[in-house]
Amino acid sequence: MEAGTPQVVKLEDLHVAGQLSGRKHILSIQVENKPGVLARVAGLFSRRGFNIDTLAVGPTDDPSVSRITLTLDGAVHPIDQVTKQLHKLVNVLKIRDMGPEETVAREMALFKVSSAVENRAEIIQFAEIFRAKIVDVARRTMTIEVTGSADKIEAFERMVRPHGLVEMVRTGEIAIGRGHE
Amino acid sequence: MRAADTLMESLKAEGVKDVFGIPGGANLPTYDAMVDAEFRHVQVRHEQGGGHAAEGYAQASGRVGVAFATSGPGATNLVTAIADAMMDSVPTVFITGQVRTELIGTDGFQEADILGATLPFVKHSFAVTDPRQIPEYVHEAFHLASTGRPGPVLLDIPMDLSRADIDYQPRTEPVELPGYKPSTEGNIKQIRIAAKALANARRPIFYTGGGVINANGSAELRELVDSDRFPVTSTLMGLGAFPASSDRFLGMLGMHGTWTANQAMDKADLIVCVGARFDDRITGKLDEFAPHAKVIHIDIDPAEISKNVGAHIPIVGDAKQVLPKLTREYRALQTDSSRLDDWWNTLRGWQDAHPLYYDESSDQGGEIKPQFMIRALHRATQGDAIITSDVGQHQMWTAQYYGFDKPRRWINSGGLGTMGFGLPSAIGAKVACPDEQVVCVGGDGSLIMNIQELATCVTESVPVKIFLMNNGYMGMVRQWQELFWDKRYSSVDMGSSPDWVKLAEAFGARGMRCDNSADLEEQMVAALEHEGPVLLDVRVAREENCYPMIPPGNAARDMVESPGKTVS
Repeated sequence: MEAGTPQVVKLEDLHVAGQLSGRKHILSIQVENKPGVLARVAGLFSRRGFNIDTLAVGPTDDPSVSRITLTLDGAVHPIDQVTKQLHKLVNVLKIRDMGPEETVAREMALFKVSSAVENRAEIIQFAEIFRAKIVDVARRTMTIEVTGSADKIEAFERMVRPHGLVEMVRTGEIAIGRGHE
Repeated sequence: MRAADTLMESLKAEGVKDVFGIPGGANLPTYDAMVDAEFRHVQVRHEQGGGHAAEGYAQASGRVGVAFATSGPGATNLVTAIADAMMDSVPTVFITGQVRTELIGTDGFQEADILGATLPFVKHSFAVTDPRQIPEYVHEAFHLASTGRPGPVLLDIPMDLSRADIDYQPRTEPVELPGYKPSTEGNIKQIRIAAKALANARRPIFYTGGGVINANGSAELRELVDSDRFPVTSTLMGLGAFPASSDRFLGMLGMHGTWTANQAMDKADLIVCVGARFDDRITGKLDEFAPHAKVIHIDIDPAEISKNVGAHIPIVGDAKQVLPKLTREYRALQTDSSRLDDWWNTLRGWQDAHPLYYDESSDQGGEIKPQFMIRALHRATQGDAIITSDVGQHQMWTAQYYGFDKPRRWINSGGLGTMGFGLPSAIGAKVACPDEQVVCVGGDGSLIMNIQELATCVTESVPVKIFLMNNGYMGMVRQWQELFWDKRYSSVDMGSSPDWVKLAEAFGARGMRCDNSADLEEQMVAALEHEGPVLLDVRVAREENCYPMIPPGNAARDMVESPGKTVS
């Protein structure tokens, strides 16, 4: 008998591998830097009914390769099916499903917050606690830059919202493997 | 060399012998180069016809089908054919003209973003931005179209770039695409597990699809099935991959499949799916599909595995490569074949009690039943013609009654269900296989959608035979309105127009008519023996329904048979 295969295969012992992981996934997709690639990826998601939570696109150290980082909900979508469909796109070179333990993930957000004289000190204090930066101050607003995990950005949002959130912009998460990965 | 000429050189280097298309403003340079090309250009009458002809050509021959169109409306007319080729995995290359580079994005005359429009249904597409890309993209397009899971590839060439002068060196090295590496061999460990599962199955069934035909894996499938007494059923697209005349064959499965094939899926303990994709017309109600079965899924496209139905043993690979390994591993286990006796007794019982049925009382003379028409066609062609069809009842009856024994003999639009597919695809098949009999079984609702291609048959001397199953209705829609919409018939009666015989004659083809079953076979033989294209208008029973049928959204066990059938 060859190594690696069981002696007997009983039908009742066969199972289908689980489909839904139930958690958020970050997919790091290396694509050829060619026109229309983003449209192919985005189009695939819309026609297969996959919802993207966030999407970030940018160059890599290799000018012929771009990286698309996207997050989606593994409780709703079978990630395996998503990655297999992505792999069918000829311009897609490599896909990594970034495991949360082996990954550093960051997002940046800009918050424009109403700031009258009486709450200005409190907002500055929040910014310090979150290690955020105040990047613009006007007579009635302050603009604050926050970098961190999506959770941290959402926590900061909860803190400043009662003060009057005028506008918020988020980049979507980008991620890189820890260590040598 | 002019870029348009390098296009022709590259096509020649790919072994192209025939192409289909229509010229226009933006592909004038291409058509100028075509004058000196060493392959045949079949001038069709509508770009959709050219697209389907390329599909029929590819399906009949296994070679890549090629269709040309100009920019704008020429290109958008191809869209249905491109989508059709995607759904049925047909190896095709579509080459469109585009407006001059400086006009792109300005809504220029006859400008359409065909690349954008077809993104959802191409395997891949190329927009030429530099004339030197043309030869390279042609080779990449052929490589992509014909390897892995085949499919349509679009090449869009702006007019100014096809006129440009470039250096041309014939390509010698094979195509390398960093993001494209289809797995063809199949994981041997998985194959061994599959062999052992087969050895333990007491109610196995092979469910085979068009992937076996695309892989040219019919002989390998036969070997495997013959290594024990395995029953086989096939999808619409897979008919002919396994001979219908074999006593192992249970008939087609799915919505209009046989009772036995569907019940076998429902009761099976192991389904071996080869080159099929658990389409909704196969599974019916998904959560009640094959409730007792474990699934071995063999497919070249990993994304098909566990897409609709979870696979217990997934095997990614090409049927031609995987099946012989599975046969070898299975034979080595020396399984006792008698474990399948009970299963075969059950299957034979179903076959006896639930054969395909229609009222044959007028078969010797009088009203022509559509099912009789297909039986007569089988006799008139000795069961050995290439048959194309449109979409609807006639398509299902042909699939049920013709009995395809060889691959690449049954060409139809399975996935997209494109009415009007039959005639142009027959043209493509006949151009690819001029020595074969090619018959288009048309429906009167469908045929008229691409009837202009009769002019192509006449002027290009492509003698296809059109056997029109004429019931004066959009028959399948009428059937659904009768059965599921309280007989509220809505826009399904085709009236009495056109006079098909006169129409055929107006095009310069021969027109014939038959309305008596006693004359039908003889008329068919006469049509087949006529040198040129023929349209035989066969007046069939108007309100015959196609049975058996799994009502939409139901499970296999809910299949209904013809109300006229009495269980023997």
